Amino acid sequence: MAAVDDLQFEEFGNAATSLTANPDATTVNIEDPGETPKHQPGSPRGSGREEDDELLGNDDSDKTELLAGQKKSSPFWTFEYYQTFFDVDTYQVFDRIKGSLLPIPGKNFVRLYIRSNPDLYGPFWICATLVFAIAISGNLSNFLIHLGEKTYHYVPEFRKVSIAATIIYAYAWLVPLALWGFLMWRNSKVMNIVSYSFLEIVCVYGYSLFIYIPTAILWIIPQKAVRWILVMIALGISGSLLAMTFWPAVREDNRRVALATIVTIVLLHMLLSVGCLAYFFDAPEMDHLPTTTATPNQTVAAAKSS
Amino acid sequence: MAEAEESPGDPGTASPRPLFAGLSDISISQDIPVEGEITIPMRSRIREFDSSTLNESVRNTIMRDLKAVGKKFMHVLYPRKSNTLLRDWDLWGPLILCVTLALMLQRDSADSEKDGGPQFAEVFVIVWFGAVTITLNSKLLGGNISFFQSLCVLGYCILPLTVAMLICRLVLLADPGPVNFMVRLFVVIVMFAWSIVASTAFLADSQPPNRRALAVYPVFLFYFVISWMILTFTPQ
Repeated sequence: MAAVDDLQFEEFGNAATSLTANPDATTVNIEDPGETPKHQPGSPRGSGREEDDELLGNDDSDKTELLAGQKKSSPFWTFEYYQTFFDVDTYQVFDRIKGSLLPIPGKNFVRLYIRSNPDLYGPFWICATLVFAIAISGNLSNFLIHLGEKTYHYVPEFRKVSIAATIIYAYAWLVPLALWGFLMWRNSKVMNIVSYSFLEIVCVYGYSLFIYIPTAILWIIPQKAVRWILVMIALGISGSLLAMTFWPAVREDNRRVALATIVTIVLLHMLLSVGCLAYFFDAPEMDHLPTTTATPNQTVAAAKSS
Repeated sequence: MAEAEESPGDPGTASPRPLFAGLSDISISQDIPVEGEITIPMRSRIREFDSSTLNESVRNTIMRDLKAVGKKFMHVLYPRKSNTLLRDWDLWGPLILCVTLALMLQRDSADSEKDGGPQFAEVFVIVWFGAVTITLNSKLLGGNISFFQSLCVLGYCILPLTVAMLICRLVLLADPGPVNFMVRLFVVIVMFAWSIVASTAFLADSQPPNRRALAVYPVFLFYFVISWMILTFTPQ
């Protein structure tokens, strides 16, 4: 029993000997748990910040690697250079086609659908489809119009394919080139917030022509009113797509220049639509004149009376 | 000491005998492989002679190539996703089919003003330029098929449409009318579908899965244009 008491006393004595005074020892005992929680929340905070910095560093390294990869594949004489223009999946092409058919007011087609990844698959194959759609529909339409005539003998007009190809590919690639040059020239004078690359402009123009594929097929209907309604619908959809896309690129400029640019874009589009309809599809009314040759005097008299 | 001298004398007389015997055995065994080596190269040379085709007659060469083209035609008519058409590609079949189709699309009249149909050069350019464009499109989309393999498949799969052209030519010998047109329309649609199925059986597997539709659509457009040219053909 005395030994046990002696042991307890010795322990207390050891603590006393380790520190100068008992009150100091007690204060240190209180301070130790006080310090450890201070360190504990402090160290995770610091480690969190370090981790954040590391993550930022990793992100920077990833970005630099991506940029380096893109820069490395820049020589245009290699095949991989052109593969980047076709780096697009099926669902992306379908999304862009739907976006061109349903232009949303206030939404930019380039920022919403293209997202800095313009492709040449859509523009090329939409133009190819439109060429054959117009040529085949034109032949079918003329066949249906002249079907009732006894003296009519159907002859396919294959040269329409060449003419349609020339017109459509020239429009889909030369007009974007001219527009790109004009925007570059205006950007050198007035800095615009929005600027487009040549490929993005070609991409917008290519997808804007998709609406004309069903329109050309429906132009087979031999009714002039129906045809003009179809032209207005197609022109409204694709024209609004082009206007809403290119208005942000020119609105910082002079008011007159901006309006003139948008009007020119829409007028060229209208010229393409009406020109294709007028050239590749015969007018239905032209058939009625030969049938009314029996009474030319009456028609002339009616015209004179009116 | 006399006994010791006698005892080494006995093994001394025994040791040289097996040595000589071994030498004679070795010499005998060496003769046999020499004869074997002489005969084996002669056999391999005979095989080399068999594999080479320099000394065969021209008739055999032509017959072998014609058989290869015929086999590819059968593969197109019964597409089973085999690799034969892709492995051993050639452009004989496409050339034969393209020329045959272009010739059959010509009209009999010599009047150039009234003839608005496709000329020989136009058909030829559309077929080959179309095939090249589709091939480049496949490669740009990341397809793992070579340039000439794609041309070979697209060209051979024109065979059903060429058969359709032949049938339309025969049907048009009868009186023209709605029934005549319906028969031709049905034949062209069936053969058009056949060409699509045959070509996609060979080409679809070489494309990434997420871009298969993008690669198949140009093939569809290509055969659609050829079908349109066949269907709208009208003789004098």
